[in-house]
Amino acid sequence: MIDIGVNLGGLKMATPVATASGTFGYGFEYAGAIDYSKIGAVTAKGIRMDPWPGNPMPRHSEVFGGLVNAIGLQGTGIDHFLDITVPHYMEQVKPAPPMIVNIWGGSVEEYAEVARRLTEAAATKECSAIAAIECNVSCPNVKEGGHTFGQDPEVLRTLVSAVREKTSLPLIVKLAPNVPDIRLYVKACEYGGADALSLINTIPAMVIDIERRKPVLANRTGGLSGRCVHPVAVKLVYDAHKSTKLPILAMGGIYEPEDAIELLLAGATAVAVGTATFSDPSTAGRVCDGIVAYCERHGFSSVSEVTGALVE
Amino acid sequence: MTDASAKIVEHVEIGAGYRRLVLDAPEMASELTPGQFVHVRVPTLEASALRRPFSVFDADDGKVIILYKMVGRGTAALNLVKTGDTVNVLGPLGHGFPTDCRGTALLVGGGYGIAPLHFLAKALKASGHDSVEVFIGGRTSNDLLAVDRFRALGVSVHLATNDGSEGVKGLVIDPLDDVLAGLREAGRAFELFACGPDPMLKAVALRATGTGSRGWISMDRHMICGVGACYACIQKTVRGNSRCCIEGPVFRAEDLVWE
Repeated sequence: MIDIGVNLGGLKMATPVATASGTFGYGFEYAGAIDYSKIGAVTAKGIRMDPWPGNPMPRHSEVFGGLVNAIGLQGTGIDHFLDITVPHYMEQVKPAPPMIVNIWGGSVEEYAEVARRLTEAAATKECSAIAAIECNVSCPNVKEGGHTFGQDPEVLRTLVSAVREKTSLPLIVKLAPNVPDIRLYVKACEYGGADALSLINTIPAMVIDIERRKPVLANRTGGLSGRCVHPVAVKLVYDAHKSTKLPILAMGGIYEPEDAIELLLAGATAVAVGTATFSDPSTAGRVCDGIVAYCERHGFSSVSEVTGALVE
Repeated sequence: MTDASAKIVEHVEIGAGYRRLVLDAPEMASELTPGQFVHVRVPTLEASALRRPFSVFDADDGKVIILYKMVGRGTAALNLVKTGDTVNVLGPLGHGFPTDCRGTALLVGGGYGIAPLHFLAKALKASGHDSVEVFIGGRTSNDLLAVDRFRALGVSVHLATNDGSEGVKGLVIDPLDDVLAGLREAGRAFELFACGPDPMLKAVALRATGTGSRGWISMDRHMICGVGACYACIQKTVRGNSRCCIEGPVFRAEDLVWE
């Protein structure tokens, strides 16, 4: 028997495969269509204090090997999330995999307050699925939030420290791929007191309608995800892992088990399936099965042994 | 909702650029209601390509029937799928049309937008609702789909083409307005149901809003997930940014906000 449980900075996952924020709603949307038992954690869509309308339409464009989106973090705000959404998730999905809650805000204070509210709620029965916080400092699609905090290591450290002060939940920071040296940001997260890292967010991208001579997305630019970003993720996870002991939740173009295994070998402790869920909702389960088969084939007795097991 | 593989039992051209796809999907067929849609993984596209949503023309006898027009990369690829092949189908998805219609049911469709209206007309007739009038519009007579199928259901059919090659010359709204005028004069209740291009939907929605009659509008927006998880297929409504895939695709006419 392969031990497939992993510990992501204090977040205990029964399997090494999570779902990525923004691609899996609030966890319950796929109920009935997929087997949740192979999902180690679901990641909820980005939450901030107040409701947020998101970007105008069109919000996405399919490209070869991927998807460019600028949804713009539409969401109902923390009150609705805690009162309605999380309890609904726990009713609809039984047993409910632990939930990582992706958070964002317009200020350091807002991030910290959302984190405090989540931490408080996680102690209640109705919201006990809340198991970790993922700080989004890298959404390319919202001017005000996210990205601003992820591009300057000093600002990032301040933000992570402020959130850390307000939460005892495992704190994951989701980093941007489009930085000159990922190690600076990794260190900022370490100094700020993060428990784990998420890599990668989408890569800034643009699609143009040549007949209309206009950008396809109403937001003009968006974030690229899907199969084509996978090698970028592998490189960044590899670089990040070399520079830190913090566990890494790796995402970026995982469609097949082999994609996930590459990321584990590069240094990830766990992986998250994102865009692939849209074409095949059962991808996470399939990836989990494939990781187990790989461990068996290569004589690993646990998935955690695969982490960073790259031969160099 | 299930994600199941379904065998294609028929896939034929039914007119200029329009095709009919028949899936053997008993569970899906028994669960589908008019106006709902299915999300199809097109096997002739690369594996990472998004699914394509299709409204349902009919769901009966274990079969799910889709009408589509080749409009882009997805439908061009779907065109290559052969009888006997299998496709993955996620569904039933979304909120469809209500079938507790009060008064005369006026179904207004353009192009392949008539697909869910056929399913609805059939359900209305099956539930004993006799007063059903269907308005089918298109650019030319080639775009008037399934007219015989509607007539076979025993509903009144009104046709309109932009070039006058069949039915009334003009917009499908023209014959609709004539019938509406008659119903209003006679003080008879009616409900509107529409699916098709946006300008047509807006025109129908305006004819229901504020009249005391109910209108049900099926919106067609590019989708990603189809289940409410990604927030890509937004339709502005009085409640804010609603998701077409789960809060729709059928919306109440008075809830829609037109840009």
